[in-house]
Amino acid sequence: MAVVVVLKANDVQWCFSQVKGAIDDDVAEADIISTVEFNHSGELLATGDKGGRVVIFQQEPECKSQPQCRGEYNVYSTFQSHEPEFDYLKSLEIEEKINKIRWLPQQNAAQFLLSTNDKTIKLWKISERDKRPEGYNLKEEDGRYRDFNTVTTLRVPVFRPMDLMVEASPRRVFANAHTYHINSISVNSDCETYLSADDLRINLWNLEITDRSFNIVDIKPANMEELTEVITAAEFHPNQCNTFVYSSSKGTIRLCDMRASALCDKHSKLFEEPEDPNNRSFFSEIISSISDVKFSHSGRYMMTRDYLSVKIWDLNMESRPVETYQVHEYLRSKLCSLYENDCIFDKFECCWNGNDSVVMTGSYNNFFRMFDRGYRQDVTLEASRENSKPRSVLKPRKVSTGGKRKKDEISVDSLDFNKKILHTAWHPMDNIIAVATTNNLYIFQEKLN
Amino acid sequence: MSATAAMEVNAEARRILAVSISKLYASRTQRGGLRLHRSLLLSLVMRSARDIYHSSRENEGPSCAQPTPEEPMDTGSNPGELTGLPEPQPEPQPALNSAELASEEPDSAEEDSDSEITEDKENLSPTRQSRKRRGKASAAPDFLPSKRARLEPGEERYAAPLGSCRAGAGESLTALSLNRVIPAF
Repeated sequence: MAVVVVLKANDVQWCFSQVKGAIDDDVAEADIISTVEFNHSGELLATGDKGGRVVIFQQEPECKSQPQCRGEYNVYSTFQSHEPEFDYLKSLEIEEKINKIRWLPQQNAAQFLLSTNDKTIKLWKISERDKRPEGYNLKEEDGRYRDFNTVTTLRVPVFRPMDLMVEASPRRVFANAHTYHINSISVNSDCETYLSADDLRINLWNLEITDRSFNIVDIKPANMEELTEVITAAEFHPNQCNTFVYSSSKGTIRLCDMRASALCDKHSKLFEEPEDPNNRSFFSEIISSISDVKFSHSGRYMMTRDYLSVKIWDLNMESRPVETYQVHEYLRSKLCSLYENDCIFDKFECCWNGNDSVVMTGSYNNFFRMFDRGYRQDVTLEASRENSKPRSVLKPRKVSTGGKRKKDEISVDSLDFNKKILHTAWHPMDNIIAVATTNNLYIFQEKLN
Repeated sequence: MSATAAMEVNAEARRILAVSISKLYASRTQRGGLRLHRSLLLSLVMRSARDIYHSSRENEGPSCAQPTPEEPMDTGSNPGELTGLPEPQPEPQPALNSAELASEEPDSAEEDSDSEITEDKENLSPTRQSRKRRGKASAAPDFLPSKRARLEPGEERYAAPLGSCRAGAGESLTALSLNRVIPAF
């Protein structure tokens, strides 16, 4: 009997490249990674953590001796972005955890990023200094002023190279505009404005102006007892500077056009999929809450993540998504336990690859999933120290759902729900991905021949 | 629905309600204050569980005593009340009836709050009943933590006299809680 083996046309293999962070199993809470973001060129990779710190990694230029290996990411800058604060009026502590980082497109030698905690957004400038002036006439090298009587010659100070110093300085602080907890920030394609969203309101800021913002969405009801949904994520369209979307805890997405009115409470489009009555349970509402929304790079599609699935929506069709991918459907029968251990409230993010052909999201047991939209394939991979030999190829993982567990498969009950991958990022151009486990950042690259 | 299935659903609903309430309590002490989204989701689950709990109790059969006629505060049909969400404020209260009973009335002196829900509660004399605001659900469901006052060594527990000054406490406390949910912004 002849067996025909059809090679899949898209056989990207992923290899381990690097892992950043402490090795101990004892995770300090401050080290828990809370956001990961590549900049627009992919040269820089920023992470934020629960302790309010931002760490930026820079990709080394490709070494000519090893063309098969793309440059490694090494620490470029580390700074404390946010500190814990106390709201005396409400007797509430404001966490310093970095909820989101968004890079601004580069316009000059310096890099800019926005980082936010629950209440305050900050614009940081990251700049390099690799030379300093030497040879002043009136000052010594250490800065002390020379005695004028000893100055007998005149010289021109010159710039001399010094060890590279990367400085991060806060250029703007956008504070006191959010009553509720900020969940999203998004830079507009006009590079002049950005939005910030909390549970009930979305504000539009000018990057230059910190003392006021425009409120563009307000879903707070007159009577808070009538509250039925909150805003969970918001993003500007990548090309159309007047368009943005926001997702809700009810599983709906609203697309708004800022040209229509100053307050965009009336959506231009409402994307909603009718609920499957067969899947109704106590927890239907929780699992339909959208935890992330991301436009495709093209701007034609958007992707939403709810607890069990990833959905791709065509902006031209509001009635239902064009594609739905099940991330971990085997958890549907475990919702009650996941509710008890709080995992059902986990907010997973999702991301597109550079050409919008593949989407990625995280799961439990340090698994993450990729869905190839074109070839209709999906793969489950694992970020773990066991698979961290340099350039070792990641083996696809499988969770056994039926009764019989095959070799190498993991049963649902042995999954570690404390090991969750909530944050992932894909290089804007290359097949390089950054995957955050609780306190480690894994970088994987495509295997190149 | 068969009686055993109804009982299982009932037990499951009660368990979920108990878990939800303990989560709501725990979220008060979380760093960063109450999370509106999380509180909303918790209250939605609690509402579903409570509705199922009520409907499965009604389905349990004729052996149960019928509930007393509608009390002034009917929680079942008023959706506005159900989602009384905590603001990010020091002492927000959900407007769920059972949760309020537990949190707003620390000294339920009129009854032994350790007791299980019994049908007898439905048949209490009106004077004893009227001191607490009750909905379709009976008072103090058994899954709630005990709210008896902590005794000092040597103290004994006494039954509070009927018609004490706490008569109005129940109503005013719950009214207060509803008002506190409405933000002062």
